[in-house]
Amino acid sequence: MTPLLQVENLSKHYGAHLGCGDVSFALWPGEVMGIVGESGSGKSTLLNCLAGHLRPDAGRVLFDTREDGPRDILGMTEAERRWLARTDWAFVHQNPRDGLRMNVSAGGNVGERLMAVGARHYGDIRAQASDWLERVEIDVGRLDDRPRAFSGGMQQRLQIARNLVTGPRLVFMDEPTGGLDVSVQARLLDLLRGLVRRLGLSAVIVTHDLAVVRLLADRLMVMKDGRVVEQGLTDQVLDDPQHAYTQLLVSSVLQV
Amino acid sequence: MTAYNFAYLDEATKRMLRRAILKAVAIPGYQVPFSSREMPMPYGWGTGGVQVTAACLVPEDTLKVIDQGADDTTNAVSIRKFFQRVADVAVTERTAQASIIQTRHRIPETPLIAGQILVFQVPIPEPLRFLEPREVETRVMHALEDYGLMQVRLYEDIARHGEIARAYAYPVRVEGRYIMDPSPIPKFDNPKLNNSPALQLFGAGRECRIYALPPFTRVESLDFDDYPFSATKAAGQSCALCGSTVSYLDEVITDDAGGRMFVCSDTDYCAARVAAGSTEDAA
Amino acid sequence: MYVAVKGGERAIEHAHDWLAQARRGDMAVPDLGVAQIREQLALAVDRVMAEGSLHDPDLAALALKQARGDVIEAVFLIRAFRTTLPRFGASVPVDTGDMQIIRRISATFKDAPGGQVLGPTFDYTHRLLDFDLADGVAPPPAPEAAASPDPVPHILSHLGEEGLMQPEPAGDAENAQDVPDLTRAPLEFPASRPLRLQALTRADEGFLLSLAYSTQRGYGRNHAFVGELRIGHVRVAAHMPELGFDIEFADILVTECETVNQFQGSKSEPAQFTRGYGLVFGQSERKAISMALVDRALRARELGEDMGDAPAQDEEFVLSHCDNIQSSGFLEHIKLPHYVDFQAELELIRKLRRDAGAVREAAQ
Repeated sequence: MTPLLQVENLSKHYGAHLGCGDVSFALWPGEVMGIVGESGSGKSTLLNCLAGHLRPDAGRVLFDTREDGPRDILGMTEAERRWLARTDWAFVHQNPRDGLRMNVSAGGNVGERLMAVGARHYGDIRAQASDWLERVEIDVGRLDDRPRAFSGGMQQRLQIARNLVTGPRLVFMDEPTGGLDVSVQARLLDLLRGLVRRLGLSAVIVTHDLAVVRLLADRLMVMKDGRVVEQGLTDQVLDDPQHAYTQLLVSSVLQV
Repeated sequence: MTAYNFAYLDEATKRMLRRAILKAVAIPGYQVPFSSREMPMPYGWGTGGVQVTAACLVPEDTLKVIDQGADDTTNAVSIRKFFQRVADVAVTERTAQASIIQTRHRIPETPLIAGQILVFQVPIPEPLRFLEPREVETRVMHALEDYGLMQVRLYEDIARHGEIARAYAYPVRVEGRYIMDPSPIPKFDNPKLNNSPALQLFGAGRECRIYALPPFTRVESLDFDDYPFSATKAAGQSCALCGSTVSYLDEVITDDAGGRMFVCSDTDYCAARVAAGSTEDAA
Repeated sequence: MYVAVKGGERAIEHAHDWLAQARRGDMAVPDLGVAQIREQLALAVDRVMAEGSLHDPDLAALALKQARGDVIEAVFLIRAFRTTLPRFGASVPVDTGDMQIIRRISATFKDAPGGQVLGPTFDYTHRLLDFDLADGVAPPPAPEAAASPDPVPHILSHLGEEGLMQPEPAGDAENAQDVPDLTRAPLEFPASRPLRLQALTRADEGFLLSLAYSTQRGYGRNHAFVGELRIGHVRVAAHMPELGFDIEFADILVTECETVNQFQGSKSEPAQFTRGYGLVFGQSERKAISMALVDRALRARELGEDMGDAPAQDEEFVLSHCDNIQSSGFLEHIKLPHYVDFQAELELIRKLRRDAGAVREAAQ
């Protein structure tokens, strides 16, 4: 089997400062990789390099494309990267405002990716949008409302629906529960776990919240000062941390 | 007017314009940046169209200028007089006799023929402008055919109004590639853009863009399969002067008691029908 | 019946005749001479030259007369004339360090070689209406002093020697032809700094003033000191490759402003001062200072400063909207007939209302 995503010796500097250094890993189809670390550890830099938002200084990011098999996304044209970004990839931002069009209805938000890849039947687009609102537990009666009128949790669920509607093969998530209340977080996590298991999603999730990775991630990478200090199966890393920093991280939060 | 070159612009400027026009013809629907000159009429009053016309004019040409479909609206008169003064070309009000027609907001009712050039005055050439104000971003969107957002806007119209609520400047797709603003013509005129035997040139002076539809270019108005584009106009009205029911009509308020009448916006078309004694439905 | 759009041609001719008569005003009052405008409304003439991008005081004065004192209309006349002129080439960069100074002040140093020269300024006048002027009383002669024969070096050059001022790329007289020309190439983004400065120097004074003011009030704040403001005559010369030397062909009045702005420095560069730059035809110091502030604000990205939503830092926003001939033309074009698109809109609204009415009825 071919890994869906193969990352080799990825490095990114900001001037003299190291963003992330020499990161390598493979993500297999159906697998969820968690990346944890405190702010400034380089985990968001890494995610943005993987998703093509930032250009790394060195390394390769091979994605197993449908047509041509593994290809280095850094060698792709901007047009190819944008096509991937609206078909096989999805990116869930921490702040739903960054991932939604706030002046477009919920239905239009979910339908945009369908229309971007050529859907031209209004009724079908609307039916799919309704179906996805249901799946993320938003009342279908809100289909024509703008997300401005939604709560933070609803906005985040709408962002997830908007991303998953084209059946992406790889989902990047940047602190998906970051800005939400604890009770809202729990519901969202529950929903995400259901979607991940049902759809067999492959995902890379960046978070500082160990509860998120405990619930969602099969494997875990721990980052500190731009470097990966430990990686392995999630339970293994969280229950038997080897690196001093991981031990500190695990002991500093309530067990879940 | 010996102080000015033929058709006002100096030859170097015309050469620059012609290069831009040729590029535009080679890439139908693509907005070619050009170095727009200050003209002796204000930006927004047809400077783009005037520059394109000036670059195309030769002494043998016969020029027609319309605004809102009419030859005798003030700005059409002003532009026509300008070219009479600086180029001394023949002018006409007859669509069929013109070799170059400069227009604002209409396409003549009389079908154009091969060899004619129709020059549109364009205020805002960028069809994505009101979705994305930044030029840097819209140019990338065109380059990468990233047009999902445009379709979202039409989706939103249907979700809210039950139909695509655009009456003029209705966006089109050219040869399945570039999305293009047809200038503020009523959507009634959109079908005339498609597969026209004439060369259609679009000039936006203030925004420094020229684009083109070479003869027989495929031009499709954006729509949905289940909400197809229709080139509608007011139903059940006919021209009070010539009786046409198929031409585009202007509404004229005739008194202060709510009286209204409808007349053809294309004055040449209407006058020709009146002269021929026709007050029945046009074919 | 139906005269709405007829008679355009005669109406235009009659309107022009009326305009000519209104421009002249009461025939009992003597006609205003172009020379009078040039000499006595010199700052209006300067503004028309600056925004018209053409240095010719007599033409600018004529344009003001023809435009009935409407400055933007006068600028428009000059621009439309300018565009028909052949372009022979670019001059070598003017040397403002070699300026014959009529005014020169610094807000950063109390004194410097060359001294401070107040010159003919409104500063420190009390803004009281002078009723003697209404009677045409001649002013008393102003005291005179001998002009200093020595060049007056730029004040910021003293900071530059210490390495405290970020140096600008050196001007290249040989390659002056390679400088971008806003009037011969379409403005494309991102724009280079020379292109931005060209756009700003011909930009609308009011627009630049407001933008510069907005930076002072915190929308893209970067505190500016007026390092030096100088007004005076500079020589304009062109390089003649056939002759191998420069030929002077004009002597023009310009206003130059250099601001000193802080720059925090970055990981790769130590902290130092940076410059905002303004250069404008004629005596136009409000415009020159505004230009320097906006120039500096537009460098935020290049200097890696925090970019908020400040309009003055947004290159596309500033350059796309600063030209008053573009903006006034487009603004005023909405006076033109829009019968056709309005008719289309009218029918759409009627149809939508009809459809909505039908839906309501069906629901009842």
